[in-house]
Amino acid sequence: MSEGRPQGCALITGSSRGIGAATARLLAADGWPVRINYRADEEGARAVAEEIGSQGGKATVIQGDVGDAGQVASLLEPGEDGPVLVLVNNAGLRRDALSPQIEDEQWQQVIDVNLTGTFRATRAALPHMLRARFGRVVNVASIVGPRANAGQANYAASKAGVIGFTKTVAVEVARRGVTVNAVAPGFIETALTEEILGKDLEKEIPARRVGSPDEVAACIRFLASDQASYVTGTTLTVDGGLSA
Amino acid sequence: MPTDVTTDNVEKTIYDGLVELGTERGDLSREATLESLDVDSLDLVELAQIVEDEFGVELRGDDVKDVKTVGEVIDLVVSKAG
Repeated sequence: MSEGRPQGCALITGSSRGIGAATARLLAADGWPVRINYRADEEGARAVAEEIGSQGGKATVIQGDVGDAGQVASLLEPGEDGPVLVLVNNAGLRRDALSPQIEDEQWQQVIDVNLTGTFRATRAALPHMLRARFGRVVNVASIVGPRANAGQANYAASKAGVIGFTKTVAVEVARRGVTVNAVAPGFIETALTEEILGKDLEKEIPARRVGSPDEVAACIRFLASDQASYVTGTTLTVDGGLSA
Repeated sequence: MPTDVTTDNVEKTIYDGLVELGTERGDLSREATLESLDVDSLDLVELAQIVEDEFGVELRGDDVKDVKTVGEVIDLVVSKAG
């Protein structure tokens, strides 16, 4: 851990697998005690925590649905590992349908988790970050939102909302040493994308391949680092050139 | 355990908090306005966290938006705890 860094921990929502798990591994390697959050995949979360522990890192596993206001608050409670000073809002879901066919429930679920969950977790974390004069919030957005993707109007709205939220919160808290940024992954090999990958998609991507969770996690790690102290309110696109 | 919410305890916590946030102790009084002390909205967020940590009293944005003086902040905390 860097000298002079205030005592605290990193919470990565939705980190039992995929981008969240890869991020947890990297932040633990950087010396942060990490909270591995999961909603349903306890086994996956425990495996990530054990792997981090076996490599000398500190990890705790914490269940909670970021779509539930009360559960979000409990994820952010200061514990033995201190307050959450690095928050990675990664938990997300999709409920795809063409917009005339999106049910209210499908709309609301996606907004609740992807956007409102990000807001609630950030709201709970910020007072502690302000007090510490240090904080890193990294929100996992998407290239879908800034750009179109038919069948994902609810997802696009939520992720565009996350980017707007990121910018405004960043300017509110910048003078206290707290940075707020987003990453916008393109097509990444995760459980969220397994149904849509492999349909000649690679041809559309300038890099001619989909990305890996580790490639997104590396960008989150940078935005969470001391070195990124003057980077705030930005969205780092990680998409192999797809939206360039 | 949260500290007892008495006017004296709250006054001490608010005064100490404001000093920590950069206010000169000599400038503090119940009548002093937050504007005259250069206490901005982000300072108020921090002050709310200090109050919550000390007394377990939660101050929301709507609670503090009309507060003008240090004395009003103290009275607000005491009344919210009551």
